[in-house]
Amino acid sequence: MIGEDPIQFDRHYEGPIICVKGLRNSFGTQVVHEGLDLEVRRGEIIGVVGGSGTGKSVLMRSIIGLQTPDEGDVKVFGQSLLGRSDAQTIEVRKRWGVLFQGGALFSTLTVAENVMVPIREFYPNMDRDFRREVAKYKVCLSGLPPDAAPKYPSELSGGMRKRAGIARALALDPDLLFLDEPTAGLDPIGAAGFDNLTRELQQTLGLTVFLITHDLDTLHAICDRVAVLADRQVIAVGTIEELLALDHPWIQQYFNGPRGRMASSGKQLA
Amino acid sequence: MTIAADFSEETSEDGAITLRFSGDLSIAAIGDLPERLRDSCGEAQWLDLSEVGYMDTVGAWLIYRTASNWNAEIQGGDDEANRLIHAIGNVAPASDVRPDPPNPIIRILTDVGEATTIAFTTLTGLVGFFGAIMLAAFRLMLHPGRIRWNAVIQRFDVVGVRALGIIGLMSFLIGLVIAQQGAVQLRQFGAEVFTVNLVGRLTMRELGVLMTAIMVAGRSGSAFAAQIGTMKLTEEIDAMRTIGVSPVEALVLPRFIAAVLMMPLLGFFASVVAIIGGGLLSWVELDIPPATFFSRIREVVPLTDVYVGLVKAPVFGAIIAVTGCYQGMQVKGNAEDVGKRTTAAVVQAIFLVIVLDAFFAVFFTWIGWN
Ligand SMILES: Nc1ncnc2c1ncn2[C@@H]1O[C@H](COP(=O)(O)OP(=O)(O)O)[C@@H](O)[C@H]1O
Ligand SMILES: [Mg+2]
Repeated sequence: MIGEDPIQFDRHYEGPIICVKGLRNSFGTQVVHEGLDLEVRRGEIIGVVGGSGTGKSVLMRSIIGLQTPDEGDVKVFGQSLLGRSDAQTIEVRKRWGVLFQGGALFSTLTVAENVMVPIREFYPNMDRDFRREVAKYKVCLSGLPPDAAPKYPSELSGGMRKRAGIARALALDPDLLFLDEPTAGLDPIGAAGFDNLTRELQQTLGLTVFLITHDLDTLHAICDRVAVLADRQVIAVGTIEELLALDHPWIQQYFNGPRGRMASSGKQLA
Repeated sequence: MTIAADFSEETSEDGAITLRFSGDLSIAAIGDLPERLRDSCGEAQWLDLSEVGYMDTVGAWLIYRTASNWNAEIQGGDDEANRLIHAIGNVAPASDVRPDPPNPIIRILTDVGEATTIAFTTLTGLVGFFGAIMLAAFRLMLHPGRIRWNAVIQRFDVVGVRALGIIGLMSFLIGLVIAQQGAVQLRQFGAEVFTVNLVGRLTMRELGVLMTAIMVAGRSGSAFAAQIGTMKLTEEIDAMRTIGVSPVEALVLPRFIAAVLMMPLLGFFASVVAIIGGGLLSWVELDIPPATFFSRIREVVPLTDVYVGLVKAPVFGAIIAVTGCYQGMQVKGNAEDVGKRTTAAVVQAIFLVIVLDAFFAVFFTWIGWN
């Protein structure tokens, strides 16, 4: 039986951070996922790839509870979240941060105020000055220049907006970070900078990162494992070498196409 | 489970103060520690972390900031804690969370100045925008094939047909109220029959069109501003321009044509429904049968009253469309601006409509239509 009390978050939980089993999602007659399984281990950066419209964003939305699946089970930090109310899952929801595909910064608040929103929401009693301090160093932790904190999102470039989104996602010191196509639309230098930031944050803060991406360079540079979404399922999970050993036409085309070869040779040179 | 963060002070023989932290130094456990730390003795030489459980960047920031403010040394932290504090120390702290607020006197002066310039730029902007619409209309007349009839017809539906219900209801009630209030006053000197004049002339000449204009400004003027404003935000308007589609031709002109053509129809409809409302009340309250009522209406309402309404209505429609579309095109930045511009569109449209209505009243009296 599912009780009414909030389920507790266990910091010392060592099992898979995310565990999705038999997931099915559909919109009307269009089935997006059918029997999808996925496990994400503690402390890894898992890259999620797949053609456009294969349901990567929908998978992320099902895990963080924005989309109720038709069937299947979703466990995060070992806790099953489906069918539970917001009040019950609050302790678990505090432990993840999300960067949405479009950034989704609140346009009427400054960058620092954007970071303060989740803190105020979840820890309303925190001292106001201290909350400001926390927001300010989070902004800088995300690699933004100090003078970006009092700026409004519309005054920032695309890359800086992504970093501001990261700052907000990190506001509560999460253990798990969801990034939806963070480097899409960034210039190569900006994208590489963002990759480094993700890696650094992951190592300093001990994060687990669920990273949806189309960027082959990102996959090669920072992902520990890659999950491939196709035919409504995760058809394979593993390191890029392991995936290349598989004989799936889509995977071969993806990693061995001209861009895939370029990205992997770039990695060997580096 | 988290253990609330706490600290204790120890003073050694040589007078050095050590703050010994305990519990979890994390966002969930930190509670009022920052305040208590600020109110404490101050100026400790040592910050001892050996009894601290779990630490995250919030705790690390607190320790780092306290240590650098007091010039204190950190001791007893585990590797994890030291790594975090080191990482925090590497980022330069940001200046502020908001842009600096200006001096209040200067702010008031700037606000007044800005409001004045905005009033003038809006007025010239509206006139200029009206000119742009006229130019576009003229260009289209030379190439009638380019007129987007589909868009125009769709606007007819949205601005005109779908407004019939609410405008009809509003006018019916207004007709009722005018007749009822008029009858109460006129009865005092036995002149109830003149209720017919009151209802007929007032609604045909003034209220029918005016109330319709206010309703259309609220319904369609706001919609124009919000639709075009949102398209501006999502760069759809810029995309149109680069493809070579003129936004004025594609978006503004259909709305302008629809408002100008629908307003007289709606205004006339509103007047007629208001007269029906007044007739109903006269029948029930004053025992004037409908046949008599309507033949009296034909006698007392001169045809010029109908003309007055029909001349004013398209002008009001033009004002509503121009302010709505103009404010929509001015949107920049964020979603809040769409809201502001929508409000401005409605307020300015209603204001200009009423000002112009006063001018029309003087003008029509002057040419003898009274
Ligand atoms: N709210 C929705 N309503 C209907 N269909 C949707 C909705 N969200 C996503 N879809 C469909 O689900 C599929 C997967 O979408 P998405 O997860 O956004 O793809 P991507 O892998 O590119 O992120 C798409 O075909 C999309 O049309
Ligand atoms: Mg997506």
